[in-house]
Amino acid sequence: MAQVLVRAERDAVKRRALLARTIFLLPGLSYITIFMLIPLGFIFFYTFLTRGTYGGVEYIFTLENYTRALDSLYIQILIESILIAASATLLALLIGFPAAYAITKLSSNWQNIFLLLIVLPFWTNFLIRTYAWIVLLNTQGFLNKGLINIGVIDQPLELLYKPGAVILGLLYAYLPLMILPIYSALVRIDPAMREAAINLGASPAQAFRQVTLPLALPGVLVGSIFVFVPSVGNFIVPELLGGGKTVMVGNLIRDQFLKARDWPFGSVLAICMVVMLLLLFFIQARVNKSVLGEKNG
Amino acid sequence: MGSKLGWLKLPLYGVLLFLYLPIAVLIFMSFNQSDAPFTWSGFSTRWYGELLASPEILIGFKNTLLVAIVATLLAVILGTLLAVGLARYQRSAALEAIALTPAIFPDLALAIGLLTLFTNLNYALGLDSVIISHALFCAAFVTAIVRGRLHQLDSSLEQAAADLGDTTVGTFFRITLPSIKPAVIAGALLSFTLSLDEFVIAFFTNGPSTPTLPIVIYSMVRFGVSPEINALATLVLLTSALIIIIAQRNLKVKDQI
Amino acid sequence: MRMVRKATVGSVAALLLIGLSACGGAGSGSSALDPNADLSQQKLTVSIWAAYYPEDIAAKFEEKFGTKVTITNHATNEEVMAKLTAGGDSGIDVAFVSGQFAQALAAQGLLENLDKSLIPNSSNLIKEAEQLSYDPGAKYSLPYAWGTTGICYRSDLMKGDEPTSWNDLLTPKAKYKGKVTMLATERWLMLPAQKALGYSANTQDEAEMAKVKDLLIKAKANLLAYDDTTFYERLVSGEAVMVESWDGWCNYGTAKNKNIKFVVPSEGSDLWADTMVVLKTSKNKEAAHAFLNYIYDADVHSWVVDNILYKVPNTAAMAKSLPALVGDFPNMGISPNELLQQEGLVDLGKASSLYTRIATEVTAK
Repeated sequence: MAQVLVRAERDAVKRRALLARTIFLLPGLSYITIFMLIPLGFIFFYTFLTRGTYGGVEYIFTLENYTRALDSLYIQILIESILIAASATLLALLIGFPAAYAITKLSSNWQNIFLLLIVLPFWTNFLIRTYAWIVLLNTQGFLNKGLINIGVIDQPLELLYKPGAVILGLLYAYLPLMILPIYSALVRIDPAMREAAINLGASPAQAFRQVTLPLALPGVLVGSIFVFVPSVGNFIVPELLGGGKTVMVGNLIRDQFLKARDWPFGSVLAICMVVMLLLLFFIQARVNKSVLGEKNG
Repeated sequence: MGSKLGWLKLPLYGVLLFLYLPIAVLIFMSFNQSDAPFTWSGFSTRWYGELLASPEILIGFKNTLLVAIVATLLAVILGTLLAVGLARYQRSAALEAIALTPAIFPDLALAIGLLTLFTNLNYALGLDSVIISHALFCAAFVTAIVRGRLHQLDSSLEQAAADLGDTTVGTFFRITLPSIKPAVIAGALLSFTLSLDEFVIAFFTNGPSTPTLPIVIYSMVRFGVSPEINALATLVLLTSALIIIIAQRNLKVKDQI
Repeated sequence: MRMVRKATVGSVAALLLIGLSACGGAGSGSSALDPNADLSQQKLTVSIWAAYYPEDIAAKFEEKFGTKVTITNHATNEEVMAKLTAGGDSGIDVAFVSGQFAQALAAQGLLENLDKSLIPNSSNLIKEAEQLSYDPGAKYSLPYAWGTTGICYRSDLMKGDEPTSWNDLLTPKAKYKGKVTMLATERWLMLPAQKALGYSANTQDEAEMAKVKDLLIKAKANLLAYDDTTFYERLVSGEAVMVESWDGWCNYGTAKNKNIKFVVPSEGSDLWADTMVVLKTSKNKEAAHAFLNYIYDADVHSWVVDNILYKVPNTAAMAKSLPALVGDFPNMGISPNELLQQEGLVDLGKASSLYTRIATEVTAK
């Protein structure tokens, strides 16, 4: 009798779990399947086709697009894109972490205000914000004219149209996306944990390194991804602030789709980029798990 | 407010200065006398007048707002459900990766993939196809944020509710949702923000007669960013700031109740 | 019983009627267009560059013909091409694309052959423009504006060094280094090097293009930036002294600073044309033709000349507008014959990939 009851209970639990999974996972996953996986399938299918003479695709199967992608030119561009995006991400982290930390120390009202202030620039158009940097930094722009006027320099500084300007533009574009997740992680840390560490003899620096930092890590990782990913694929900033002299993966993909009208090859590049980013994401998930291993049980 | 900060004041105010310097520049340039994007030639408010008389900008703005609102609603529902499902009911690294992929997929490739899908389904492009497309990557961001929050909460309350006989749906509404409310709101805010300014996907999945604001701006920028465009950005900024101030007030009152 | 039979017969008849009328009205395909079509029953969607047309053109056209016109903007040829070639109905009836792109669209069977009987104003088309290399006989496109590419420069900042050759742009004197820009769009990026080396602007020869690439990489070291849109503003502000520019665009600079001048380099240049095409998928072809006809009206087309400072291959319009403008904007006086001495751009077919690869190499190095 007891066994029958236990089995019935187990079945009920299983049914309930199945129902739960359906309710929660089905809408989102089917949406993603239809609107991302299927288009992804199309793109993957395209990678094996041939470019039509005037554009479009011809149904002639080939692996040539993949071998073309291994060319050193494209690998070089990929590496450079990663370096530039990584630089922007690192800078965002160095600047963003202290800023997020500072915000957590404010009173609740001020926290709200500062967070909204940080998000507000996003509500102006990206193109317009980026152009404003050109107005600011070009050789006849405000910064140079100002510095010359007060006599700090006598020749204008050439600040734009170099990789550094691209890094600046990407940092500017995505810094808020680093600050918000870090803030979110920091603010959930129970202050009692830090106090406990200090009571047990840790110095503030040690408490920070061994309590605060690890607990903030999920936020750091999410923020880093939120900055790195759109930076790598961005094509507007390299064009505007890089003067078209810095080619990143995003420009490459756009050029293949739009200028060369070579959809098969553009598709290969897009898939390469996605694979690379997915790998990064898995690494991030692993790091997350290993550092917080005990907590997650 | 600031006494606890000490040296942290530097990065905090530094970040604000960094974020708002170009904004100050564009507001300044919106009052430029001539239409030169790079050179200042005197003060004038004429561009604000021209802006308000420009039908395509107003239409673009209306369309953008509509898309952002509906896409956000859709994204919040899909993303929250998915996050809860992944956190509480099905631990799977593969599914998590899939759930977040729309956020990291290169937007141009996604845009073209979606265009191909809609074309093959003979689905007429319009604001609805943009909404569907935006909801896709916005939902991924909502999933990420809510998932992150659920990560830090423990599930004992929900398990207790289940043990006490609550239904799945009931547990969700009574226990889970309230505890993740800040994350859901953050996700909604982020989703709205991202959709508002999104150009690439909107361009490819939109119909020709219903442009969104980024599309209008992108085609106007052919001659550089004119003071009229800066005036537009300034107005949007002011409106957003106003909305935020009003929302702030309301939140304060709510907290006191 | 009888009622049911009546109803059945009635509904079958109704269905037949609907079916027949649907057959008659659906898509013109390649059937002849109806010169007496009621244009107020048609709607038009036109895709064109921003600020490239009179702001009231939609309203005026609707006033005259009753057709509702929606104008949508594209920033580059490439973007609108992606939409038009994606398959299915893009929703666009009339598109403005540069000549070589019209050629590519036609090669993919996407364009409707123009029925000139519905475009009587096409008699205004300058004879020389009837045989442009991308569409000889103007079968599927009508040119909206045409011109050439050259060097736009500040004569006051380059006294005694006025450029005359593409090499002046590619390898400028030391004091002008870092103050030069080139166009970013592939075909025009290649053009200066191609002409400097004496090659065709449509060459598909890999050896020639390799030399073009080397020259462009050398030139990159002297460049301020690659710029398609704000190059003349840089001249106005003084950030640049010499830029590669389309003739019409240089006039915008001249309008702001009289020291800005234009020159077609001695090695020769290209002949480009922005054209109007009608899509085969359009369900409003008569209205589309009426629109093209409307543009070619002397008064409407001369608006382009007056406001966009471009040359148009429309005898009547040029006769109307040119005299007042040619003094301030000499490049508008370049005659059709002189234009035709430049090389018309055509689509490159499979060689597009070669050009894109070279452009990538040059800009990435």
